[in-house]
Amino acid sequence: MKTQGKVFRYGNNVDTDVIIPARYLSSSDSEELAQHCLEDIDADFIKNVKPGDIIVADKNFGCGSSREHAPIAIKAAGVSCVIAADFARIFYRNAINIGLPILECPEAVAGIEAGDEVAVDFDTGTITNLTQNTSYQGQAFPEFIQKIIAAGGLVSSINKNL
Amino acid sequence: MALGMTMTQKILAAHAGLKEVKAGDLIVANLDLVLGNDITAPVAINVFAGINAKTVFDKDKVVLVPDHFAPNKDIKAAEQCKKLRTFAGEHEISNYFEIGEMGIEHALLPEKGLVVTGNLVIGADSHTCTYGALGAFATGVGSTDMAAGMATGKAWFKVPTAIKIVLTGKLNKYVSGKDVILHIIGMIGVDGALYQSMEFVGDGIANLTMDDRFAIANMAIEAGAKNGIFMVDEQTLEYVKDHSDKEYTVYPADEDAEYTRTIEIDLSAIKSTVAFPFLPENTRTTDQITEAIVIDQVVIGSCTNGRLSDFSKAAKIFEGRKVAKGVRVLIIPATQKIYLQCMELGYFKTFIEAGATISTPTCGPCIGGHMGILAAGERCVATTNRNFVGRMGHVDSEVYLTNPEVAAASAILGRIADPTEL
Repeated sequence: MKTQGKVFRYGNNVDTDVIIPARYLSSSDSEELAQHCLEDIDADFIKNVKPGDIIVADKNFGCGSSREHAPIAIKAAGVSCVIAADFARIFYRNAINIGLPILECPEAVAGIEAGDEVAVDFDTGTITNLTQNTSYQGQAFPEFIQKIIAAGGLVSSINKNL
Repeated sequence: MALGMTMTQKILAAHAGLKEVKAGDLIVANLDLVLGNDITAPVAINVFAGINAKTVFDKDKVVLVPDHFAPNKDIKAAEQCKKLRTFAGEHEISNYFEIGEMGIEHALLPEKGLVVTGNLVIGADSHTCTYGALGAFATGVGSTDMAAGMATGKAWFKVPTAIKIVLTGKLNKYVSGKDVILHIIGMIGVDGALYQSMEFVGDGIANLTMDDRFAIANMAIEAGAKNGIFMVDEQTLEYVKDHSDKEYTVYPADEDAEYTRTIEIDLSAIKSTVAFPFLPENTRTTDQITEAIVIDQVVIGSCTNGRLSDFSKAAKIFEGRKVAKGVRVLIIPATQKIYLQCMELGYFKTFIEAGATISTPTCGPCIGGHMGILAAGERCVATTNRNFVGRMGHVDSEVYLTNPEVAAASAILGRIADPTEL
């Protein structure tokens, strides 16, 4: 699986409260959630994001609340992948469970700027910055997690075994 | 020779049916309890419908607590709470707590004796790590993990490495568990324990009340930790026996357990601490604050500091004093039981005479849900656990995290203040 898109670049500790503020959590409709994705730190994000675009952030992306609404909102906004130096652990699990591709790669994060065109090959973990003509090797998932992803997420993976 | 294991690793191994585990192992473990609230459970219930399971794995091991936007703040919240109620009815879930018997989930579950020492608990709420105070492994997950847990009674885990935090000494007056954890987060940062366990040991633990320990374990997530867990002592077991007749198991860490780092903390050296916007790691002790930080609101409550001792401490500060003109004070006991105790002990009279208002149990303002939302430019001192951008309301509002005594003193002086200034 491959993806390519324009980069929206954020810093350290992007928390789930800014990814989707709690004032919108009385809905679990993914399209409705997407309309407010990241609005408290980037009001223009939802106006400018196009299907396939990529979020790149520094350390501890998705920290704070366990709300699955956060990766749901990002995915429904059309984002094809989140690349970060590292992720908060609940966000990491949630992203895998709902099928939002994520990659940990501090080197790529250091070299990618807002607006860059980036391509990601999920099979190899290769991240290519087409704007700057550089490429990086993201960390591959452990086999156990790859199986969950290959099955199409946690629910499909469980249904196979029930 | 068997590998030395941490407390966390021992609980994980026992629940996975393994003799030993080591950091990095991916395991599937049996769950003693699966928790959800009115924000996360509706999503989990939708996901559950897509799983080929007729009903939940054990109707006594699923807990549903409408506490975030409950009592229903609007029609949408009412629909979410109704979804929990209907699901609980359909699946005959014994631990569904309606208004009148509910409370903030992480204060309620230990109080009801639903979690005991040695348990493995997942909850679709990041502050599920609170139960580590009981010597249990408890961690927050998302709604899909909750749905899978409800269906199968199992969850997958990556066995974490751990940080050992050795506590010695005794806390000073006006310093509590909240200050200990803010101090630690200030020291290691909001990702200082990312993917790791925080294991609390040392003879200083005997000097911490259970309420102190709950507050400390509660905020392990604010350092990025997978869980926080306390060494079990007589006080833990006394609490567990007082609240539950469930069987418990104590899992002490092996002497040769591996820790990536050891942090030694002398409790007597900790001062009243404030976390400034917009991260819990932005800490300053009250004596480092020289400017007057004028405030609009004070919230005393939450899963961190909404327990009886929090209100008894706040009541002592408010006794015979008045809230500063222009400051709104919300007192939110975390459970119905705590509410009743506060009433019987006369704290409510003290709070009301001081000019504070009292709310039924709810997470409410902590997540910017209801009951005390901030307008643009407003500042709040809160005994809650997060001060992110927009956390309690408008994106241009600010939250300062403190212990209940500092919050009460700040309410009286109308600015962030130490109780010794009164």
